[in-house]
Amino acid sequence: MKYLPLLLLAIAWEAVVQLGLISRDLLPSLSDVAKAGWTLLREGDFWTNGAASLYRGSVGLALAIVIGAVLGIAMAWWRAVDAFLGPLVEALYPMPKSALIPVTVLWLGFGDGSKILLIFLGCMLPVTLGAYNGARACEQALVWSARSLGASRLRVLWDVVLPAALPEIATGVRTALALSFVLLVSSELIVARAGLGYLIGFLGEGGVYDAMFAVVLVVAFLGFFADRLYQRLVDRLLAWRA
Amino acid sequence: MSAASAQITVERVTHSYRPPRGRTVLALDEVSLAIAPREFVALLGPSGCGKSTLLYLIGGFLPVEKGAIRIEGAPVAGPGPDRGVVFQHFALFPWRTVRANVRYGLEKLGLAREEQERRAQAYIELVGLKGFEESFPSQLSGGMKQRAALARTLAVDPKMLLMDEPFGALDAQTRSLMQAELCDIWRRTPKTVLFVTHDVQEAVRLAQRVLVMSARPGRIKAVVDIHLDRADPHIYRSSAFAEKVDEIWGLVRDEAIKAQ
Repeated sequence: MKYLPLLLLAIAWEAVVQLGLISRDLLPSLSDVAKAGWTLLREGDFWTNGAASLYRGSVGLALAIVIGAVLGIAMAWWRAVDAFLGPLVEALYPMPKSALIPVTVLWLGFGDGSKILLIFLGCMLPVTLGAYNGARACEQALVWSARSLGASRLRVLWDVVLPAALPEIATGVRTALALSFVLLVSSELIVARAGLGYLIGFLGEGGVYDAMFAVVLVVAFLGFFADRLYQRLVDRLLAWRA
Repeated sequence: MSAASAQITVERVTHSYRPPRGRTVLALDEVSLAIAPREFVALLGPSGCGKSTLLYLIGGFLPVEKGAIRIEGAPVAGPGPDRGVVFQHFALFPWRTVRANVRYGLEKLGLAREEQERRAQAYIELVGLKGFEESFPSQLSGGMKQRAALARTLAVDPKMLLMDEPFGALDAQTRSLMQAELCDIWRRTPKTVLFVTHDVQEAVRLAQRVLVMSARPGRIKAVVDIHLDRADPHIYRSSAFAEKVDEIWGLVRDEAIKAQ
């Protein structure tokens, strides 16, 4: 019932188009969009392009999470690393990462590589900052306990600092997840030969608006679904929180 | 006691620290002490007198800048499982269950999995936490958390226990119960205990020897030997207990006022 407003919006959409209040050239009816979407699904265009996007998004995001967390914890733990990387992170954080699209294309071309690099670069910093803040807030007594129970200095990072930082890392990853959709679709719209963003651009240029809207809706739904799934996963993984 | 027979020796240790903003503070000034094997010593002093700092130095968490600290003759070089530590705020790993917390040190010892489980279970039962093995620390009361932390420390069988106001965060009833249990555990498996507290009654209740520290900069102001029957559940009511508390309170009062 929480999603009743969405249902109302869908009904309103269908109604304004059917009643002729908005031209079908600007907004195809929801039922036409659904039909076009169904065709895309059946003919396989959706799957091949979706697979390309999924591959780029997940590899880029995975790299961003792993490398971002390692960097953030290293910065929190070693002053020299912080002194070196801290100003870089600060300077790059507010930069709109979509500005990197032409740069990554210049370096890695039109294929998967440039998208993966873009998502990696764009999504890493929120994870880095989360890991940094989480690791800095790790209780001294927890580290000391582990040390006195026989853990080596380096082992403490894995056993104590990383799990202590996990809640903050999880928040950073959620931001990164949302960002990855933005970067993926916009980079595919601009320069790509496959992917959901590419499909939206391709259908739009060809004037197949009902199908274009169908892909836009699918992307929106995927973003929503990924976020919900992620929240579920985090709730389960961090069940130890009070 | 001669330095040769001591397990922990602290010789003329001076320690200062510098807060993020402000001038250097002298926390400990030429502190010396010696603790024999299996002795129970309380380190008593007003807040801010450096008693916890001294414990952290012995634990190997802070570097010794001036003077020397030796464990069985060897200078302290970092923390180790020979010195088990219990902190005031428990310091349990919140992402590990009670069982997994107690198992942590046993994992580091490299014991076989079955042996880890067997020993963890034994110590969980020793501290009376049977039935709470799969609970996370956030699901436990303060007293239960400290029991779990105690089990985790005892499980690796350290020769020495360094306890930093371990019952300071507990309510009065729980504290009293935990004191009795600590006495009991110490009698069954004698270990060298250095127990930091600002509670005079607690020090008299638990220790064989009470080291009274002065207000900052911390020095050992007096050493008081206690000869009471710690197994007696009514120890609090005895006149000998009250006399010792009075004697030590007389030593501490001036320092507590200075520390305010």
